[in-house]
Amino acid sequence: MKITFDWLKDYLTVSAKEEQLLEKLTDIGLEVESVANLSEGLDLFKVAKILKTEKHPNADRLKVCDVDVGEKEIKKVVCGAPNAREGLITVYAPPGAVIPKNKTKLIIAKIRDVTSYGMLCSESELNLSEESDGITELSSSKYSKSIGKSFFTQSSSNLIDLSITPNRPDCLGVRGIARDLAASGFGKLKQIKEQKIKSKKSQTVKVKITNEKNQGCFSFGSCLVTNVKNTDSPKWLKDKLISIGQKPISAIVDITNYVMIDINRPLHAYDADKIEKGITVRNSKSGEEFTALDNKDYKLEDDMCVISDDKGVLGLGGIIGGTRSGTEMDTNNVLIESAYFDPRSIRRTAKRLNIDTDAKFRFERGIDQLSIEEGLNKAAFLIKEICGGEISKIDIQKIRTFKNSIIKFDPNSFEKVTGFKILTKDMLKILDNLGFKCKKDKKVFKLTIPSWRPDIIQEIDIVEELVRIVGYDKIKIEEPIKERKKSTLTQTQKLFHFLQRSVASKGYLEAITWSFTDAKYNDHFKGQNEELKIVNPISSELGVLRNSIFSNLVMYMSKNIDRGIKDLSIFEIGPTFFGKQPGEQNIVACGLAAGKKSRLSWLEKERNVDVFDIKKDVVQTLVEAGYDSEKFFIDDETPDYYHPGKSGRLFLNRGKESVAAYFGEIHPNIIKQIDMKTESLVGFEIFLDNLKLPKKLLKDQKTKYSVSDYQKSERDFAFIVDKKINVQDLVNVISNVDKNLISNIKVFDVYEGDNIPENQKSIAISVTIQSQEKTLKDADLDQINKSIIETVENKTGAKIRS
Amino acid sequence: MSDIKNIRDQFVSKLKYELSLDEINSVKTELFGKNGQISSLFKTVGSIPESDRKSFAADLNKIKDELQSIISEKIKEIEIKEINQKLEKEKVDITLPERPFVRGKIHPVSQTIDEISSIFSEIGFSVEEGPDVENEYNNFTALNTPDNHPARDMHDTFYLDENKEVLLRTHTSPVQIRTMLKDKPPFKIIAPGRTYRSDSDQTHAPMFHQVEGLHIDKNINMGHLKGCLNYFIKEFFEVEKIKMRFRPSHFPFTEPSAEVDIGYEIKDGKIVIGEGDQWLEILGCGMVHPNVLKNVKVDPAKYQGYAFGIGIDRLAMLKYGINDLRAFFDCDYRWLNHFGFDPLDVPTNYRGLSR
Repeated sequence: MKITFDWLKDYLTVSAKEEQLLEKLTDIGLEVESVANLSEGLDLFKVAKILKTEKHPNADRLKVCDVDVGEKEIKKVVCGAPNAREGLITVYAPPGAVIPKNKTKLIIAKIRDVTSYGMLCSESELNLSEESDGITELSSSKYSKSIGKSFFTQSSSNLIDLSITPNRPDCLGVRGIARDLAASGFGKLKQIKEQKIKSKKSQTVKVKITNEKNQGCFSFGSCLVTNVKNTDSPKWLKDKLISIGQKPISAIVDITNYVMIDINRPLHAYDADKIEKGITVRNSKSGEEFTALDNKDYKLEDDMCVISDDKGVLGLGGIIGGTRSGTEMDTNNVLIESAYFDPRSIRRTAKRLNIDTDAKFRFERGIDQLSIEEGLNKAAFLIKEICGGEISKIDIQKIRTFKNSIIKFDPNSFEKVTGFKILTKDMLKILDNLGFKCKKDKKVFKLTIPSWRPDIIQEIDIVEELVRIVGYDKIKIEEPIKERKKSTLTQTQKLFHFLQRSVASKGYLEAITWSFTDAKYNDHFKGQNEELKIVNPISSELGVLRNSIFSNLVMYMSKNIDRGIKDLSIFEIGPTFFGKQPGEQNIVACGLAAGKKSRLSWLEKERNVDVFDIKKDVVQTLVEAGYDSEKFFIDDETPDYYHPGKSGRLFLNRGKESVAAYFGEIHPNIIKQIDMKTESLVGFEIFLDNLKLPKKLLKDQKTKYSVSDYQKSERDFAFIVDKKINVQDLVNVISNVDKNLISNIKVFDVYEGDNIPENQKSIAISVTIQSQEKTLKDADLDQINKSIIETVENKTGAKIRS
Repeated sequence: MSDIKNIRDQFVSKLKYELSLDEINSVKTELFGKNGQISSLFKTVGSIPESDRKSFAADLNKIKDELQSIISEKIKEIEIKEINQKLEKEKVDITLPERPFVRGKIHPVSQTIDEISSIFSEIGFSVEEGPDVENEYNNFTALNTPDNHPARDMHDTFYLDENKEVLLRTHTSPVQIRTMLKDKPPFKIIAPGRTYRSDSDQTHAPMFHQVEGLHIDKNINMGHLKGCLNYFIKEFFEVEKIKMRFRPSHFPFTEPSAEVDIGYEIKDGKIVIGEGDQWLEILGCGMVHPNVLKNVKVDPAKYQGYAFGIGIDRLAMLKYGINDLRAFFDCDYRWLNHFGFDPLDVPTNYRGLSR
């Protein structure tokens, strides 16, 4: 909502400065978004007279004009306007001036080799009207003595842009804002007596509201002004509209706009002669069409509130009028409409047709139902004053009668909500100033709600009005008590935070990327999931919910590689989605590492990051989080975006209940398709929802401390096994030989090739044997040795290498 | 006795010279070898008359210990010398680089969430969460924002179905609804998380982070709201004094509603919080609307309280001097490295929020 202090003063007797106004507006909840000085620089535009015109030597359509701008020196200005002629008084803009319409700053320019000092302006360029065919023509009788003077009158009032919250339609009018200010003690509201139409002439255009289901119009007031002469608005009206950044169009249109902004009463003006046999306000039928004043054709659906005549739709009630019945400069008879439309109906129609207009914005927030006559009075008198003509009686059709609502208010509720007290007397004064009528009813008050406040429905709304006007700064600070009755985080939340920092501590940079992604990337990583499209994405690159975090990480990894970094680890911990219903999401910690280890190292040989690097990160992270790696079970069934031979799936135990993590190389075909330039790309996904929370607290997780000081011995074995045998299985077999004596098993070599039969491999294992009870004798050790070899050979078909 | 003493004196003086390891070893053999002088004397112990035997053996042992100790000292000396000689050849250029290490970082938004949680933890709030995909009811209707309410236009919503029944939550407020439906009052929670609006320019990202706060009990009023936020802002920005302004505003789910500005100024191109005469909006809040309480079956005649919603990204930008919101989600390693936090920097009450 744009206003000026000057306009406010139409309703407010006040001596304060603008600075204080701005502060007060914000204090009472009418937030000041911006303040701008519209007239800044406009003083440069001068009234000027063309003394002489000559044809431009190098261009047929251009003229070179000698212009008197009230200075000694006559200015040479190149001008293309057909109406530029000797003796014409017009508007001159010097170099340095900024043209209001396109905001360009003029410079001294050579136009086809002739230097032009400034410019002669059209009305359109000055934002005065749409007229752009020629330069402004000023009447010589009025302006001949003003040559050299500023064309625009200086306005000292800045343009104030307010952000009015949707609950305050009354403040979409200057008067409403003034009322709020006055209630808060900023000035006094002027009592302006409404001038009422006293005509004997009847309104001859018949109006009917059909009383049907979903009728969006509750009442329709109208007034006919006959024999008018539409014209340009007078200066005061133009200035008023210009002062809030609007463009004057014609007197009739300007008047309806003025009344709307002044008292938030939207009106519509019809050329009465273009209405075919009266107006019917009714629901539209699917397929009806009309051309609106925005020059767009609209095809209507069922049940939209339309103003129609015998020929069809004239306009959408409360939203936009049609071109067919619009007023023009040659309009003789004007029908002014002042109606009430149901906010819900307005909103529904505007949404369906995707129209946004000033009227729609106001009606959907709720217009004062009792302002119909006031609007007609105001507009009709202004039309008569400016355009002449005769005013008819007001005609009002209605299908519903408005009654002010009444609510009960207990003054104690104020302190209960705000924590501080004000006198009941002061409460009543504020409410009275805001337009409420108060009646005492035992301990409570019965409040009659003003018709312009559709937002006031219950007691809490009254509390808000009061505290808003009294001032939020009066609310006392209650210091919070430092006391915790419940633990801050749940076990799951603790795990989230732990994993986040655990992964980062392994050299990964934490990223946060969108929860949505590019379908093209998502396709690579969606696995068995269905694609989850967003109906109205911000762009096609962000069109689907991510099924996996990889899609984003891979894309950003690629960008980082393009930035010139080669070795990088990034991760994100956040949601992935497997369905469109609330809750169909998983929390995943997803990491990605690219490039090499020890690149350009003087110490070590460089190598690509590989699946065992990423496996280390996964296993270490899970171990740090409290899971027992002895129980982990790993196999090679992974989604298709992993390298089929170099990736794994990790379960927290052999029961294989749910997948704790995947890890491995990203499928080379994907790297190829997205054209990522890296030597190696490995990644992991840890599924937090699949990690069973440790049942015990950390303090209970520590088991009894027991270590053995008896001598331990290490025995090495080399087995030749089928290539298909997993090391994990082999190690398991060995550890099961004697869980009490075998304290550690370490794989220290895996070998295939020379001396080993094809399809077989040699695995070298070191086994630590130690008793908790005694020093083992040679015979005991030999026994264990024998057992290990026998068991492994029996269970896996391996052969001990001699 | 004199025999023994002679041997002792003879060898002690012999060992005074600088000797090589070989020479020492040969002395050792001369004394303690199979036929060494001391060894031989030990063999004679048995033939010494009983009366002298004890003292003879004692003397002999004493001399033996003395000589042995001199010899082992001598050997140790030589070994140390040898090590020292070797060390001189082993010198490396210690200015050569160490083995490479990589530093991981925590994203500033995550760090900020941890800071916020830590602060609210002190005054008894616990953390709640809700899903990113919400139904229309929890995101709007239950929050007193029915379908025909113009306030819905303030939220540019991403929808997942044509009927607009499921959507990406536009704020963290639906967590209020979920929490209150699930439990019984009192409630004292914060809910940090991702939120979404189809809005994208220099200062808006289609995804951002909010933290919701909710405190419902029997006598919670606007003074408590003010106190809570005042405490939070001071703790968060780690300043003694804060300039804070509560301004009336409107949110359908709170009434009375307020927006909160904090004072700031720009000093040497950096924003300084808590001073100056510029205002910056950082959060919206208010008393939970009775309609919302009714929707979650909490009796507004018995219970009341406040709720607030704070933009986390905004807070992080202010505290850590980050200018561009879009960069948060661009995943540029240079930015992540620059603005990220060491994973060991866990914000805590006792260690402080930040170093």
